[in-house]
Amino acid sequence: MTEKPVRVLVGKVGLDGHDRGAKVVAQALRDAGMEVIYTGLRQTPEQIVETALQEDVQVIGLSILSGAHMQLLPPLLEMLRERESHDIIVIVGGIIPKEDIVYLKENGVAEVFSPGSSTEQIVAFIKQKMGENQ
Amino acid sequence: MSEQNNKEKLNRVKKQWEEKVNKALDKYPESKEFKLDSGLKVEKVYDPLALEGFDYLSQLNWPGEYPFTRGIQPTMYRGRLWTMRQYAGFGSAEETNERFRYLLDQGQTGLSVAFDLPTQIGYDSDHPLARGEVGKVGVAVDTLADMEILMDKIPLDQVSTSMTINAPAAVLLAMYMAVAEKQGLPLDQIKGTIQNDILKEYVARGTYIFPPKESMRLVIDIFAFAGEKIPNWNMISISGYHIREAGSTAVQEIAFTLANAIAYVEAAMKAGLEVDQFAPRLSFFFNAHSNFFEEVAKFRAARRIWARLMKERFGADNPRSMMLRFHTQTAGCTLTAQQPDVNLMRVAFQALSAVLGGTQSLHTNSRDEALALPSEQSVLLALRTQQVIAHEIGVTDTVDPLGGSYYIEELTDHIEEEANRYIERIDEIGGAVEAIDKGFIQQEIQASAYRYQKEIEEQERVVVGVNRYTESGEQPIDLLKMDPATSRRQIERLKEVRLSRNQGEVASALQDLRKAAQGEENLMPYIMTAVKAYATLGEICGALRDVFGEYQQHVIL
Repeated sequence: MTEKPVRVLVGKVGLDGHDRGAKVVAQALRDAGMEVIYTGLRQTPEQIVETALQEDVQVIGLSILSGAHMQLLPPLLEMLRERESHDIIVIVGGIIPKEDIVYLKENGVAEVFSPGSSTEQIVAFIKQKMGENQ
Repeated sequence: MSEQNNKEKLNRVKKQWEEKVNKALDKYPESKEFKLDSGLKVEKVYDPLALEGFDYLSQLNWPGEYPFTRGIQPTMYRGRLWTMRQYAGFGSAEETNERFRYLLDQGQTGLSVAFDLPTQIGYDSDHPLARGEVGKVGVAVDTLADMEILMDKIPLDQVSTSMTINAPAAVLLAMYMAVAEKQGLPLDQIKGTIQNDILKEYVARGTYIFPPKESMRLVIDIFAFAGEKIPNWNMISISGYHIREAGSTAVQEIAFTLANAIAYVEAAMKAGLEVDQFAPRLSFFFNAHSNFFEEVAKFRAARRIWARLMKERFGADNPRSMMLRFHTQTAGCTLTAQQPDVNLMRVAFQALSAVLGGTQSLHTNSRDEALALPSEQSVLLALRTQQVIAHEIGVTDTVDPLGGSYYIEELTDHIEEEANRYIERIDEIGGAVEAIDKGFIQQEIQASAYRYQKEIEEQERVVVGVNRYTESGEQPIDLLKMDPATSRRQIERLKEVRLSRNQGEVASALQDLRKAAQGEENLMPYIMTAVKAYATLGEICGALRDVFGEYQQHVIL
């Protein structure tokens, strides 16, 4: 019996165009055997949720470096709850101040990966979380 | 004959030396293989044998002389230092104006405006997509009223202003010109730069609006208009900075930048502009990354390639057309969130490479930028770093002090050769616009970015504080806090401006602009009229969106 690969949406939310991190992570997840749906730039929270549901992903990885995370992420998490999809694991990468990390984690973000995090850490985190959810 | 003898002697002595080295290596092997990002193997030592056939006059020549390898001016920093230009902008026009005036008081010599993302993408602050982004990574400018506040009490004939604006560059330039007119200045006295480099937005920076063809038209409209009205203005800053930040190597950075430059020159010439008319107003923007000597060589190589391209390929006669003038910023992507004070050292070395590479202006990053927007204290330290380099350590005393170093010259030659190879490949694909459309440039950058990250994770590349010499716990550092009320106040001001202007005037200006966009006229005069009527940035870009459509990124992984 072969294990079904994990499906991950990697997206850039907001207007920020810095996609180096998102693309590197997407490629690393793919190399780790996951199926990656990469949305490209300028996604609204609504678009991310819509794509995640359509693509039936288990994980959403969002990259945001513009500082708009506190305005964009809470509505996204709220929408996931409304659509009863809060079992989707949401992880975030970017420049996020410490107090915001605390808030986001209290409100449904599974983990925030700050600059300097390795792709290995991200892969390991997803695998561990998926193991817990089985 | 004596040269031949000398060479034989050198080879003989070198052989003896190598035997000794091999013995030493048996006992003390080297710690790793040494190579540059671009793949070049770095030798133990460089000697005159490596530079066989090196011709001083054709490869270097004196500073200020073709091919300008050693610098574009004969006396370089002995005559005038580079412009110390810190990129700044956040929150409202009032706050940014205050930061500008503070920086000028501290000895900064030029301004550099950072705009927020909605401004960069042509949306007003109250647009739904602007949610959460207003005033975040730069200042919000919706109308001429904001630009008036931004430049309040700053004499525009005495400072030079660089504006990092691309897709809506025409609109922001028009606003700046309108403010200068209001200050009563003749337009030929204003000095500055607009980035206006749309091609790199598609591959590296992401703030595009319109499709490439229509965007190129706007770029060339600005060339034609600015060439006539504002002769001291750099109408484009062709940027490798963001290409490097997106993950490219040093070679790719200058190769892709110069390939973009070729596309702009060709488009301008096709539109009927004379090369020696516009080429002297083209400027460049590069990254100063961490491999010190590779970076110095990169700047020198870029100057030489550009000089030869302009002379040989485009038939320029005016030496100023052949001079690659550039701004440099230290590499944001090398800053670490861990042990942020260590970033001060990284920035200092990177800045030094830019100075030894002959930059015309310089931005030094702040130590806290991997954590937040820089605080005033951090920006000040970054500026002081430049002042130490300029005044205390003697590197400005003579021109191109590293010129003639066996290693530097070998690297400069190598980087030139490799970059030219890329430029040829892009020519074969059909030029930069085509290469971007096919995803070639994006894929090359992506492959390098991924390799770089892997090297860090596999410890092949040491990053102090990240994968070696790590510390648990965090250093306390005071970070800049953004005022959450900024966005609300900005939207209020926008609404007031919309209510207080002459609506008929705005509507007809926008209608005229739309009509002109459907034809082939230069759009700048129409944009000027709309700006002066206090049409908003969103309205002006909206009119152009109606006609031009929007670019859809195709995602390549």
